[in-house]
Amino acid sequence: MSVTSTPGTWTGSLRDRAVKSFPPDDLLPDRQPIYVASWIYVFGVLSLAAFLVVLVSGGVLAVEGPQWWHRSSTGHFVNSLHLWSVELFMSFMVIHLWGKFWMAAWRGKRALTWVTGAVCFLGSVGTAFTGYLTQSNFDSQWIATQAKDGLNAGGIGAFFNVLDFGQMLMWHIVLLPLIVGFVVVVHLLQVRRRGVVPPFVIDERDLPAQVSS
Amino acid sequence: MLVAAIDLNQPGHYLNWGVISISVANLVVIVVMLALFALAILLPFPKDRDQR
Repeated sequence: MSVTSTPGTWTGSLRDRAVKSFPPDDLLPDRQPIYVASWIYVFGVLSLAAFLVVLVSGGVLAVEGPQWWHRSSTGHFVNSLHLWSVELFMSFMVIHLWGKFWMAAWRGKRALTWVTGAVCFLGSVGTAFTGYLTQSNFDSQWIATQAKDGLNAGGIGAFFNVLDFGQMLMWHIVLLPLIVGFVVVVHLLQVRRRGVVPPFVIDERDLPAQVSS
Repeated sequence: MLVAAIDLNQPGHYLNWGVISISVANLVVIVVMLALFALAILLPFPKDRDQR
């Protein structure tokens, strides 16, 4: 594959930048440093797998409509699949986040990797909240009436009305999944671009005398 | 008809400690997550066959 472009073409310069930032060997590596052999990264992959189940089960619910799970046992099953995949997604993501926090994974120009991971977590919380609002039952009505006071106190209710079922459904199934999905892709590309953070270098002066000698 | 191991058709159980109030279900989830995190740190990761 040629990596030199015709000067002055935006497609060529974009391709050059993409190949420079993400060489194929880094984008889809077949070997990793030994310190990547950790269960913490397994939880990162499990988060991705759960996210895919969330998207697929949510897609089926979107096709059948928000009332489907009230009148169909199949719909109830898919709705439960959606709920529990979200539960697993959030749990796996938080365990991955705990591990990365204690590894100080933002070291070595990896700030954007850390920030996109944190934004992904916060965005997922927001998406889950709008999911509570679109259950179309008494629970969602109760949650909406409780949430509106806090949001109105912050001046947010003027354009984000939790009592508007249609608006919350659109946020839940279109806008927020697009945002979270985009941030997840950027996070993965950053992991591939910067690599996994190496362990801390141990300063021998910090070790007890009998170990360092 | 399958019956859930825990009766979910009733109000949840809550633990109260001063200003802290938490449902037993949420507490169980948090404890399980902490246990998984501890296991993820402590359990050895399987080695590649070539490296054994």
